[in-house]
Amino acid sequence: MSMVELTFLMLSGVAVFSALLAVSTTQVVHAALWLVLTLGAIAGCYLLIGAEFIAWVQVLIYIGAVVVLLLFALMLTRAPTGPDSATTTSNRNVAAAVSVLVAGGLAAIMVSGFAGERLAPPRGGVGSAASIGDAIFGTWVLPFEILSLVLLAALVGAIVLTRRGPERDNGAPGDVPERAQH
Amino acid sequence: MNVYAPILVLGIIAAAFAVLSVGIAPFTGPKRYNRAKLDSYECGIEPTPQPAGGGRVSVKYFITAMLFIVFDIEIIFLYPFAVAFDQLGWFGLIEMVIFIGTVFVAYAYVWRRGGLEWD
Amino acid sequence: MNGLFGTESWWVVIAKAVLIFLILVIYTLFNIWFERRVVAKMQHRIGPNVHGPFGLLQSLADGVKLALKEDIVPTAADKVVYVLAPILATIPAFMAWAVIPFGPEVRIPFTDTVTPLQLTDLPVGVLYILAVTSIGIYGIVLAGWSSGSTYALLGGMRSSAQMISYEVAMGLAFVSVFMYAGSMSTADIVAAQAEDMWFALPLLPSFVIYLIAMVGETNRAPFDLPEAEGELVGGFHTEYSSLKFALFFLAEYVNMVTVSALATTLFLGGWRAPWPISLWDGANSGYWPVLWFLGKTLIFIFVFVWLRGTLPRMRYDQFMKFGWKVLIPAALLWTMAVAVVRRIRLDGGMDQQTVLIVGGIAVTLLLVIAFIPERKQPADDEEPAETDAFAGGYPVPPMPGHQETRPDA
Repeated sequence: MSMVELTFLMLSGVAVFSALLAVSTTQVVHAALWLVLTLGAIAGCYLLIGAEFIAWVQVLIYIGAVVVLLLFALMLTRAPTGPDSATTTSNRNVAAAVSVLVAGGLAAIMVSGFAGERLAPPRGGVGSAASIGDAIFGTWVLPFEILSLVLLAALVGAIVLTRRGPERDNGAPGDVPERAQH
Repeated sequence: MNVYAPILVLGIIAAAFAVLSVGIAPFTGPKRYNRAKLDSYECGIEPTPQPAGGGRVSVKYFITAMLFIVFDIEIIFLYPFAVAFDQLGWFGLIEMVIFIGTVFVAYAYVWRRGGLEWD
Repeated sequence: MNGLFGTESWWVVIAKAVLIFLILVIYTLFNIWFERRVVAKMQHRIGPNVHGPFGLLQSLADGVKLALKEDIVPTAADKVVYVLAPILATIPAFMAWAVIPFGPEVRIPFTDTVTPLQLTDLPVGVLYILAVTSIGIYGIVLAGWSSGSTYALLGGMRSSAQMISYEVAMGLAFVSVFMYAGSMSTADIVAAQAEDMWFALPLLPSFVIYLIAMVGETNRAPFDLPEAEGELVGGFHTEYSSLKFALFFLAEYVNMVTVSALATTLFLGGWRAPWPISLWDGANSGYWPVLWFLGKTLIFIFVFVWLRGTLPRMRYDQFMKFGWKVLIPAALLWTMAVAVVRRIRLDGGMDQQTVLIVGGIAVTLLLVIAFIPERKQPADDEEPAETDAFAGGYPVPPMPGHQETRPDA
């Protein structure tokens, strides 16, 4: 077993272990931190298979943005963030069943796609930014454009969800001067 | 992945320094604790009890973080686009303009609905 | 062991890493002294001048003093996260320096080893810096949350919202640089500027946008709202003392140097000698470039200090408005303009240099104009915001945009 494979195994172990802790810890903010470790370990795995650009995008987007959004969401909902805040719900068994099913499905896809393949030392330039740029803007045009619609939908959804509350609470008077500014 | 070993070394040095500093802090200073000292600081008054549910933060922060993610995703597509720019031709440029245009619609919507107002 | 570090021998790598760490710590100590002296000059004071020559050892003395202070962990704090936060703030600040080039290849004194004055060069160097510094947000948001104090929580939220807002503008400012250099590697960008010219000239708006964003990103005056003493005491580090506080302090100053060094590398030709010196043949070889590099970086530090000495703090709504409604659209438009002009030029079109310079001046003017009307705003803010401050039994400031009326009690 080569050095790369050994490191890869260790990192995957860290990812799985911290993912388990993320769902089992009793403190929501700690759970978010374990999630960060999981995502970081996955970024390390990307690095080892030569997907350099993707690895740092993983850090920038998932660790630097998505989990920060999660933390903000934790802090702005009424959900308590103190100890014992991540209490289990009655849906626990359903959730466990669903996650086992998803894990099984993903494992099946991985096995059917990559069974028997060994980790080769990364070939030069495969995961580089330029080759990814060529691929996205040459081959994968439609998914790329559809992605922009997904982003649009996400933002509209966020606005619709968050603006409704205050508007109903305040009624018209509070809103009028704000709108009048432009 | 040889280029990453030096980064690891620098990271270990920085981590060792940070952990050491935090570790020795309790031993280098005096220890004269009392209740008032360990209370949350609120300019001398009794600390406000934390509201039930840990308090709430303005929803604006959430919108800001959402917008940030959207723009961050736009940026990480712009980077490979910029690096491969010279090979991509007009087709790539028009693709990118359409992409940015769509995201800009989302941005304009947030702006019009007051998502960018902080008052 | 040798294979692990690629083409370089292990002791070179370790020596360079230790050297970078030491340079950063010493440069930070110097910068704190520098800032205090310069601000003092601007305010007709003397500043620290007692410890060491010209007071140079003042920051070291302050550091030792901080170490000898009582280390407090508030009762309301989440102990583990509270201790973790300063560590999380410090490590990324240092790690960003792994890809910053200090100079060309040099021979290490007393040996035959030749090595570049850069810890390592990644093909995605600038993306790496962005990604690693974005981890630093955790230090702040977790410090705010784990302290269990209202001021710290609000300060942490403000700080992180501010950092993510200005990170977008910063990231967009890089795009045109990558287009010009055709690479994200810091060494390649410096080399591209040697062939062409300093990117600050053709990409002036990108440079201006980056300059503004870097001040916002590092939470420095006039954008130092997270530490607005009048409102939030110390912001996210209100509850921190002793060496934990010192780590936040260190991280802030290292980040300041990081963004300055990045500005130097991307826009001011990196370690290459500026014009009058570059006429001298030996200017870009040996260890001299380290001097040019640190000198250029110091110019940015001076700008930071100058801004602090000159400008009053902005209000949070003005600040967010400026970031989201002016800086980001301007950055996007400018990036697209660069792309279109470059495309035309690649197709053998018009004289792009003139087009870019005219366009650049236009966008910069737009930026300045968009900034001006903000000052006239307070006139229509007259409506008194009525708030039932005591609804919960204790005084609570109103939420932004949340104007409750007082019940008829």
